Amino acid sequence: MPNLLLKGGRVIDPTQHMDAEVDVLIEDGAIAAIGPELDANEAEVVDVAGHIVAPGFVDMHVHLREPGYEYKETIESGMRAAAAGGFSAVACMPNTDPINDHRSVTELILERAKAGAVHVYPIGAVSAGQSGEALAEIGELVDAGCVAISDDGYPVATAQLMRKALEYSQMFDIPVIDHCEEVSMTHGSVMHDGAVSAELGLRGWPAAAEEITVSRDLIVADAVGGKLHLAHLSTAGSMHLVRDAKRRGSTATCEVMMHHFSLTDEAVRGFDTNTKMNPPLRSEADRQALLEAIADGTVDVLATDHAPHHADEKLLEFDNAPFGIIGLETAIPLACTHLVHGGVIDANRLVEMMATNPARILGVGRGGLSVGAPADITVIDLDLEKEVAAESFETLSRNTPFDGVTLRGWPVLTIVDGNVIWRAA
Amino acid sequence: MTDQLLEAEPTAPLVDSTAIDIGANLTGIAQLRAEQIQLILDTAEHFREVSERPIKKVPALRGKTVVNLFFEPSTRTRTSFEIAGKRLSADVQSVSASTSSIVKGETLLDTAQSIEAMEPDILVIRHESAGAADFLAARCAAAIVNAGDGAHEHPTQALLDALTIRQSKRDFRGLRVAIIGDIAHSRVARSNILCLKKLGADVVLAGPPTLLPTRADAFGVEVHREMNSAIAGADVVMMLRVQVERGGNLNLPSTQEYFKLFGLTENRLKLANEDAIVMHPGPMNRGVEISSSVADGPRSVILQQVSNGLAVRMAVLYLLAGGTARNAESAS
Repeated sequence: MPNLLLKGGRVIDPTQHMDAEVDVLIEDGAIAAIGPELDANEAEVVDVAGHIVAPGFVDMHVHLREPGYEYKETIESGMRAAAAGGFSAVACMPNTDPINDHRSVTELILERAKAGAVHVYPIGAVSAGQSGEALAEIGELVDAGCVAISDDGYPVATAQLMRKALEYSQMFDIPVIDHCEEVSMTHGSVMHDGAVSAELGLRGWPAAAEEITVSRDLIVADAVGGKLHLAHLSTAGSMHLVRDAKRRGSTATCEVMMHHFSLTDEAVRGFDTNTKMNPPLRSEADRQALLEAIADGTVDVLATDHAPHHADEKLLEFDNAPFGIIGLETAIPLACTHLVHGGVIDANRLVEMMATNPARILGVGRGGLSVGAPADITVIDLDLEKEVAAESFETLSRNTPFDGVTLRGWPVLTIVDGNVIWRAA
Repeated sequence: MTDQLLEAEPTAPLVDSTAIDIGANLTGIAQLRAEQIQLILDTAEHFREVSERPIKKVPALRGKTVVNLFFEPSTRTRTSFEIAGKRLSADVQSVSASTSSIVKGETLLDTAQSIEAMEPDILVIRHESAGAADFLAARCAAAIVNAGDGAHEHPTQALLDALTIRQSKRDFRGLRVAIIGDIAHSRVARSNILCLKKLGADVVLAGPPTLLPTRADAFGVEVHREMNSAIAGADVVMMLRVQVERGGNLNLPSTQEYFKLFGLTENRLKLANEDAIVMHPGPMNRGVEISSSVADGPRSVILQQVSNGLAVRMAVLYLLAGGTARNAESAS
């Protein structure tokens, strides 16, 4: 592995409160030195002048579909998509077939992940078979390599199961990640319950259905402790609940998806099934509340919920198409365009929400650029303007509503353990 | 935005209807301008007389093929489209979901494309999913007519309702139309709200809150949560079918209670204007949303709606196949 000198970039590392034009020297896969005008010695010099040099971005919410749905995505194709999207690591949800509720599945995922270069952190199921009835063998899952548990795709079915999961997981110090949805209110729902669903005659998924489960989880976590992480929050009410909980001292964390702050339910007009996901695109008032919560620190993490589906599956009536949107290869440009250039946050906060915080929540010991740390690095050209070209994506699927949209701020280089694993063409 | 412009500027009488058409497909009222709606109604008036002749057939669509693709059960609408096509001399074929390959797991698009390979000129589709007609319109060469897509739109129903209202009332402007019942699940309500607003009428909705969309205000019309205030002073009372099976028992406790709260009885009808007409898109649940004495009474135009449905569907098929209003006069 050649040593690298990243020269002239704007290095941002929230763990050291660093935002400075300095060089980064990488030796033997780790950060060897950070400082002005470093000597290259034998290292290969990479000119990153004018670009942001950040700890490797971590997408803590993706669906890699393998095992079971390799026609949508494989671990290998998902890893390529992650690298091309500027991510050095992804955490993959357990709703595969078979479900990752057993160490043999975790082991298979990690074995397959050797084919690629980004880190893959498996997330195990909370309940056996994600059926909401009995705990999965969480100790075994962690021992095999799982970094968190979730029944994502579904909510943790009951308050009692959430209580037991938060209690049991404390032995392993791993987060319990919940998909918040009170399913008695969302049966048959395909889009946000609001003005647009009223007009289109599509069944609405009420904001309250998310907020009820957010409330339940926050209350249970207050009572029993544990590391609660609330996935893909999408409503103004959820933001209020999390903000209030944090003010009261809750250690719960939460994430918001790129599509939820980029689009609203207005995008569903025309019945494009690429605008169908769970939770759904919300109202403009919800979107504004997400932006506010991203700015004020209520939101800890930005993620994608990368959920590939085959084109044939999406080429259906809106009611019958599956929920999901891909996101790995549009995440950074959406965040740069809407949040950084949109004046919502600065680049430091972006790095915190896409690298430092997800790495900390998952407890994977990365997310910073301290000397001696593994050299996972994402380099971003904040001013590069480019059209999204879905046909050239690395992911196997194309279910994005952003194809053809011009965005500003793209990744240009992804480094994992000191190796350049992707470079913009 | 277009809607607002049209509302601010009520429709002028048509001078030269040959200068406008209704577009390549009819998937919803949302896509139509007021003048296009009037064009369809005017054309329908020309065709109404055809059905009163001893030989109920004109050669207007000779050599054209119309396929009715019905994925939901329907008697009235399907028959209406079939007869409409036949009276215009089109070749008409109906395919219903139970006999199609849908049950074999074929997708909607594949089914439509297989039929398209036989070169129909017009595909009339009814489907349980909102957006199904728009979905096909974007992908099929044949003209698509939406005969009802989920709870989204049922444009020919709204057009036949407008024609029926126009026959009884001079002007849509200032007309108070009360639509009563299960608004949330009703494509008839959605298309009628759009259509009547575009024509300048004032629409009032009423239904139990469990059968109103959470954001019923999105329709931009008056919304009532009980019936009497809604029909007070109404010129038109339009009752919707209540489907008690929808949503289990959570929307309505019983049909008896529904009738008590929202059923149209002779007593209640007294709240409306003296010359108010009573409409229902059918099929009716007598004693649930409407009493038989009202349904069969002198104010009821329910059967007139059905005959107007035929004329409106003839007009829509004719206009989509390339006819113009002026030619319709000579064609009929």
